[in-house]
Amino acid sequence: MRVIYAEQIKQTVKRLIYEANFFISSDISAAIDAGILAETSPAAVSALEQIRLNYKIAAEERIAVCQDTGMCIVFAEVGQDAHIEGGGFDAAINSAVSEAYGEFYLRKSVVSDPLYDRTNTRDNTPAVIHARIVGGESIRLLVICKGFGSENMSAVKMLKPAEGEAGVLDFIVDTAAKAGANACPPMILGVCVGGTFEQAALYAKLMTARGVDSANGDVRYAQLERTALERINSLGIGPAGLGGKTTCLKVNIHALPTHIAGLPAAVNVCCHASRHAEAVI
Amino acid sequence: MDTIKLTLPLKEEDILRLNAGDCVLLSGKTYTARDAAHKRIAEALAKGERLPFDLSGASIYYAGPAPASPGHVIGPCGPTTSGRMDAYTPQLLAQGLKCMIGKGERSQIVKEEIARHRAMYFVCVGGAAALLARHITNCRTVCYEDLGTEAVRELTLCDFPAFAALDLRGGDIYRR
Ligand code: SF4
Repeated sequence: MRVIYAEQIKQTVKRLIYEANFFISSDISAAIDAGILAETSPAAVSALEQIRLNYKIAAEERIAVCQDTGMCIVFAEVGQDAHIEGGGFDAAINSAVSEAYGEFYLRKSVVSDPLYDRTNTRDNTPAVIHARIVGGESIRLLVICKGFGSENMSAVKMLKPAEGEAGVLDFIVDTAAKAGANACPPMILGVCVGGTFEQAALYAKLMTARGVDSANGDVRYAQLERTALERINSLGIGPAGLGGKTTCLKVNIHALPTHIAGLPAAVNVCCHASRHAEAVI
Repeated sequence: MDTIKLTLPLKEEDILRLNAGDCVLLSGKTYTARDAAHKRIAEALAKGERLPFDLSGASIYYAGPAPASPGHVIGPCGPTTSGRMDAYTPQLLAQGLKCMIGKGERSQIVKEEIARHRAMYFVCVGGAAALLARHITNCRTVCYEDLGTEAVRELTLCDFPAFAALDLRGGDIYRR
């Protein structure tokens, strides 16, 4: 058994929020660079150049990459031999969010009640926490700061098994087409096929952070990722929706066991400002 | 690419000559307003109240900036999805609103109303918020301060990069 203090969890989450909001990962900036070379229309090139310069300004001047610094989502893999002392797990994460969003000048975008009051909680809490118990004595934390321009364009669909690969493909491409300029393309799609209704959505979110230089380990799904990407990039939406080839940087698909009667699919749309960072304590 | 320098408030002749897709640099004053501020504006209009700011000839940037860190006029300030404001836009156009800046498509009704009122809709690059903030040289809160990021602010833009999204000849940057 290993003791991990709540304060360590808090400081780690704070650091990850900082990293995520000011530094876009190198796989994404490399994909933007590749887009600049591939585009021919001046508007598309200009949009991608603005995006590239924006990443640079954000990192150098410590200005958040996007004003929508999102809801803070924390995926935690907690080793069953880790013992947390000195405070609650959720409380540590929420206190990290509250301090980080204040200290780092991030936008507070959370309202306490969705329908009636819509009163801002003023410190961007609560965080959305998904914890899973795993083997070992460490805690792995993945922080995703998720903007809602793209979140709003996400979708879950319970397909029929008979709809098969073609049905899944159409659903992915249609979701991207509907997202259009609202999702701040070039976008990144996190997709989960299988599982249950809520599990598909959860894994789709995880897939937005798998990296745009990654591929599913199963060649069939890796091919499906490429086919979906090609179809989306031939829609013509382009960077910022101004027309062009660079509509989507990557489609990341995860497959899960599912029920004999079902074929759930979830597509979580993420913008190019995909802010995520992870660490192991 | 040719860029057209424009000064806000827009003049009728500016709006007449713009074509959807034109690359522009905007300078001058605009308000910011997004979901919650639009709701309040609509409620005030429904009650027949006077608005705390004059919409006649005005421009609205659909944006909710992050707080400014020391040494900056404003925090990152990119566009939010304009379509969420569609329900309110016809009322604001009727009050004289001439220019909107945001991202994404507008509803058919709003596009028709924009054309009917000879107004203009610009889009800028979503997620280029730190870069766009560099083109904002002044910021003051006008009203609804309790809304935090959603308060109405008056910004001074300087060569703010955007694209004409619609034009009076039926052009639409998203419908090629
Ligand atoms: S969709 Fe992403 S890039 Fe666009 S405004 Fe929202 S958080 Fe920013």
